[in-house]
Amino acid sequence: MNAAVASMPIPATQRWWQRCEDRLDLLSPRLNPLRHLGSIAMLMFWVLLASGVYLYAAIDTSVSGAYASIDRLSREQWWLGGILRSVHRYAADLFVLCTLLHLLREWVLGRFRGFRRMTWWTGTALLPLLMVSAIGGFWLNWDQLGQYSAIATAEWLDWWPLFATPFMRNFLGVSSISDRLFSLFVFVHLGVPLLMLFGCWFHVRKLAQPIVWPPRALGGVMLSMLLLTALSAPVLSHAPADLARVPVLPAFDWLLLAVHPLVAATSATTVWLALLSMLLLLLALPLWPQRSPPAVAEVHARHCSGCRRCVADCPYDAITMTAHPQRPGFALAVVDADACASCGICVGSCPSSTPFRSMARLVTGIDMPQQPIDTLRRMLRERLQAMPPGHRRVVFGCDHGAPVGALEAADVATFSLICIGQLPPAFVEYALRDGADMVLVSGCPESGCAFRLGQRWAAARLAGERDPKLRAAVPASRWATVWAGADGLAQVAAALDTLQQRVAREKTAR
Amino acid sequence: MSMRPARWFGQILLYAAFATVIVVFSQWPPYRPLAPDQALLKISFLHHGQRLQACIEQTPEELAKLPPNMRAPTRCPRERAPVTIEVDLDGRPAYRETASPSGLSRDGAASVYRSIPVDAGAHRLQVRIRDSARDGGFDHQRDEVVQFAPLQVRVVDFSTEQGGITIQ
Ligand code: HEM
Ligand code: SF4
Ligand code: SF4
Repeated sequence: MNAAVASMPIPATQRWWQRCEDRLDLLSPRLNPLRHLGSIAMLMFWVLLASGVYLYAAIDTSVSGAYASIDRLSREQWWLGGILRSVHRYAADLFVLCTLLHLLREWVLGRFRGFRRMTWWTGTALLPLLMVSAIGGFWLNWDQLGQYSAIATAEWLDWWPLFATPFMRNFLGVSSISDRLFSLFVFVHLGVPLLMLFGCWFHVRKLAQPIVWPPRALGGVMLSMLLLTALSAPVLSHAPADLARVPVLPAFDWLLLAVHPLVAATSATTVWLALLSMLLLLLALPLWPQRSPPAVAEVHARHCSGCRRCVADCPYDAITMTAHPQRPGFALAVVDADACASCGICVGSCPSSTPFRSMARLVTGIDMPQQPIDTLRRMLRERLQAMPPGHRRVVFGCDHGAPVGALEAADVATFSLICIGQLPPAFVEYALRDGADMVLVSGCPESGCAFRLGQRWAAARLAGERDPKLRAAVPASRWATVWAGADGLAQVAAALDTLQQRVAREKTAR
Repeated sequence: MSMRPARWFGQILLYAAFATVIVVFSQWPPYRPLAPDQALLKISFLHHGQRLQACIEQTPEELAKLPPNMRAPTRCPRERAPVTIEVDLDGRPAYRETASPSGLSRDGAASVYRSIPVDAGAHRLQVRIRDSARDGGFDHQRDEVVQFAPLQVRVVDFSTEQGGITIQ
């Protein structure tokens, strides 16, 4: 627990990614899209749905009428229909880009194992649906781009001996395709996205309080970006489809349609094999053997009062309540070992974790066997006694944020927790009462918590906004928080200096 | 903080870069499925080959062996011949394929699809199709000079109603 024995080493690639992410927190983590890729993708989904409803109302869903009805929007109603049409396309581009980055991020950060595997699998299942929705949208406009994409898709699908009549034969007519086929296009482009909406709900089902909206400011930036791109580079139709000619495509959407040129440059077999093996690899990733996973939270029935605070704070919905076996009428917390992230956030939420309890060995309602709360209290006491009076500085940090252990000194005691959410706020008051001159609490940046909600709960508890609260009577001048990533040691050191100066000023004033 | 304006500037630049990636790669670079001086020859058919065996009159003894609901006086084996197509372009073989009939009892249509880029201009097209079980030779033939405009798609197909091999 002392930083010198930080529990889990974090792989270099993860550190590297976190460093990049931290550097891009130019104004605030709230404005950094890399920290909100999933929720930006969700926002794009709603934008697609809203603009899609308008387009659906405007489109003539027949082969002969579709082109003109959409083209008319861009020409005669650019200020609404035209903008919505462009927004619809750019939102799809942004959706795909954010989803792929989201996948890359979770992969690099190793977030596919154990308790996260179901989220990972459901995320993977969204990918084919996303591809079908994105490509199918181009067909509805039935211009040369739609024609090209539909034919390329048909040729690609015919690789599978699925259809008694090769799908491709629908596109051999001299004049055009049938209205029946066009209805199928419409059905695919309405049905598959709806399926995806259902899939998204499944995807975040294992998360407590899933963050499905980006922070308001960032959402505003993304929406303005869509509007600006729609105004500055409106999406227009190519020439109308003509099956007797090979399409000419001056404006090709590589973000959504890259698969077609890929098939043309290689072969249908190559691309099918590549995509399917990629999908299989993604599905298999969670099954990779792991170095022994860390111990999960453990409930001590005699010290659990059934208050449900751990249930409210657990970021992975891993805790449920059952009837207390010894105390009739009381409830008892139960941890689902498969869902538990071993983050310790529940320990910080449990009222029984307060160090002021008089027992010789502190036993709380819910604890982490690898870093029991009693050890934290014991080591804190030992270190406070060993430090020279008047020069006792205490720093609580976490294994995923700035490595506070590097600040360890004769007058600085550092403690690295699994997650800063593991810290019961009363420890700040306890340290101050037990002789510390000041206490600094450090953790990952906002929206950068390795366990989703730890930083948020820690900040809210210390600010007195969430139970268990740090008592308002604790002198605010003698403790501070600093939220800095793995690369933010200098920031933590600077915060400690600032706190030191504040405390010194106050002493002389008194 | 003195860094503030620089950070604002950086943040705006970053968003602009993000938006630029989207605008640029959603329409650039242009893509050419086919060079402008080329055209496309598509060869496809969905065609039932002839039955391998003619219908057979059943003898009364044979009929007696069958369950009562299946005692039809003639028996028609349903298996069809595979369909072979050969296409020569300007006298050189361009496509050879033998397609098996679909279906578990091999009684469905055989189908092929191939698309071949050709230089725009006139080409001699020879198409031969065999849809019976005969040993050599072909059941349908067509030999003509066809004009391909740049980027034009021409389709070789088979239609019994239109008298055999069609070129659109
Ligand atoms: C349609 C595309 C997707 C959308 C809209 C989406 C959205 C989201 C959202 C809103 C969250 C919740 C974030 C939070 O509350 O902390 C999330 C989490 C997650 N997503 Fe996705 N996602 C998508 C695709 C994927 C894909 C393709 C993968 C990977 C294969 C993936 C992997 C994950 C993982 C592992 C988490 C959990 C992160 C954690 O536990 O901290 N997602 N996603
Ligand atoms: S350790 Fe974390 S995931 Fe496990 S029960 Fe506690 S709060 Fe939930
Ligand atoms: S927070 Fe502690 S006391 Fe409350 S239910 Fe959870 S384990 Fe029990």
